[in-house]
Amino acid sequence: MNTVTIEARKDGRTKPGVIRRVLSLLAGLPPSVLFGGAIVLFWLVTALTVQFWPLHDPLALAGRRLQPPSADHWLGTDALGRDVLSRTLHGAIYSMPIATIVVLAGVVIGAALGAIAGYVGGKVDAAIMRLVDITVAFPPILLAMTITATLGPGIVNAAIAMIIVWWPIYARLMRAQVLEVKEREHVEAAIAGGAGHIRILGIHILPLCWAPILINATMDFGQVVLLAASLSFVGLGATPPTPEWGSMIYDGASRFYSWWIAFGPGMAILTLVLGFSFLGDGLRDYFDPKSQ
Amino acid sequence: MMEQSKEPLLEVRDLRVDFRVPGGYATAIRGVDLTVGRGEVVGLVGESGSGKSISMMALLRLLPAAARVSGIARFDGVDLLSLSPRELSHIRGGRIGMIFQDPLTAFNPVLTIGAQIVEALQLHDRNLSGKAAWTRAVELLAEVAIPEPGRRVHQYPHEFSGGMRQRAMIAMAISNRPQLLIADEPTTALDVTVQAQILELLQRLREELNIGMIMITHDLGVVAGIADRVMVMYSGRVIERGQVDDVFYASRHPYTRGLLAALPKLDGAREALVGIAGTPPSLINRPAGCAFRPRCSHAEAVCATAEPPLLRAGQLESACYVSDRLSGMTP
Repeated sequence: MNTVTIEARKDGRTKPGVIRRVLSLLAGLPPSVLFGGAIVLFWLVTALTVQFWPLHDPLALAGRRLQPPSADHWLGTDALGRDVLSRTLHGAIYSMPIATIVVLAGVVIGAALGAIAGYVGGKVDAAIMRLVDITVAFPPILLAMTITATLGPGIVNAAIAMIIVWWPIYARLMRAQVLEVKEREHVEAAIAGGAGHIRILGIHILPLCWAPILINATMDFGQVVLLAASLSFVGLGATPPTPEWGSMIYDGASRFYSWWIAFGPGMAILTLVLGFSFLGDGLRDYFDPKSQ
Repeated sequence: MMEQSKEPLLEVRDLRVDFRVPGGYATAIRGVDLTVGRGEVVGLVGESGSGKSISMMALLRLLPAAARVSGIARFDGVDLLSLSPRELSHIRGGRIGMIFQDPLTAFNPVLTIGAQIVEALQLHDRNLSGKAAWTRAVELLAEVAIPEPGRRVHQYPHEFSGGMRQRAMIAMAISNRPQLLIADEPTTALDVTVQAQILELLQRLREELNIGMIMITHDLGVVAGIADRVMVMYSGRVIERGQVDDVFYASRHPYTRGLLAALPKLDGAREALVGIAGTPPSLINRPAGCAFRPRCSHAEAVCATAEPPLLRAGQLESACYVSDRLSGMTP
């Protein structure tokens, strides 16, 4: 019998080249995934490499103040004479990590608590879900502003506030998924096979619960970017002179005739939110068997 | 014949199951006695809701917390109903295997068949290496006659056909060489030719491995093909039991006779199908006396007085007051 295994594994399909496999995988994805993915990828690469690009210093005076777009300053200069294009692209250094940390932390905390609530049930479930209810009872932006104002303005505190606002969404999603999956027959079969709680939850329930959370998290990236910018706009997030999109828009809001000051960061937020939405939407179509 | 020790493999006495429902308890199982010998196949027959599956799930304590189970279930010297969760998990999947009705939903869709068999093996033998477990998984698939087991072991449940999936389910159930196999309608989700193959497979395993089996089914043909003894359940009680041939050819209970009469005949004139009129009684408000009385065409005044006890008459045990009058008639 040993030989049977080994032979069968050897004569299995030969693996095609990595590049060809990646290409065929990309070709199978919906266009919205590719479009959204390209935008997100652009901002990701920008965030990682913008320091090495041949741009003006985002914090230093680069020319005369309030200059309209020109060959030297593609998006003009702001009220202090700093290059708007450079500041916009540097903004990705703050927005991308904040969105990633907030969404990841929200998913980890929310999914863990939601899974426990759904699996254990009873009083534990009631306690966790009431905490969720209390949190979502507040308008998200108001709660985030209150928490940030209490902790003190700053990017780190804004991120903490956004995690507190965000985890309940994933807790609810995860709980609903676990409640549904744990009633399936293969879970009963696993119990009848002698599996313990950790194995049942970890191997037989959780792997079947991730799709909706993944989709939601992707879309939420954009929402977190927006919320982070909102907090900065009202002066609770990044503090000047940090080139953060929200605070840049605030700078531009009081100088309406110098439209280019707000245009750069505005477009940045718009494209990034749109990119994540397309990506999440496309992934939902891709994972939903009914739409194929 | 197979080795038959004096002590039966499984001995259940007075098993009762109640479910807590708003406003009281619904009694699902009302005192079931059952013995299974080593290498013996017992068929558990009855219509939906008669308590076949509930009683087996009660034995493995798979019922939700709202269920109250009482009675004794001695399996190879230990009482299943009073084991600690830890001891119980050694028995589940180790010494008692279970086969489910729908092999598609009973497998985890995101793991390969092999991974799931390996999991079952390593769960009950911590010293088994991954490599040895995979080799064993391939052997098990070969044992249940799955072609190309070395390739199939790396496939997912959805890549298997219904019959192959049920074979894989059986391979998983026997992976730890259980002494008892509980098969909950193992052939119901399969078409007839595949059914026959699965029954043949179970028959062969029983002979080779000397496994005792409890076969839950509402298909009398399945029972006739594989079981040594039959128990007929109605509304949470055993109403008739005996050797297969005695139950099939000399049944004394009107319900069993009704079930047998309802079998479509392949030979002879084409006629309207016979059924048993009425529906099974509610679990909360059973009729007084015999639970089958409202549907029974032979009911008499005595039937309404008390539940008829399971009495031995010849080779059969039947729970019916009027069975003496019936036994002469052809079913």
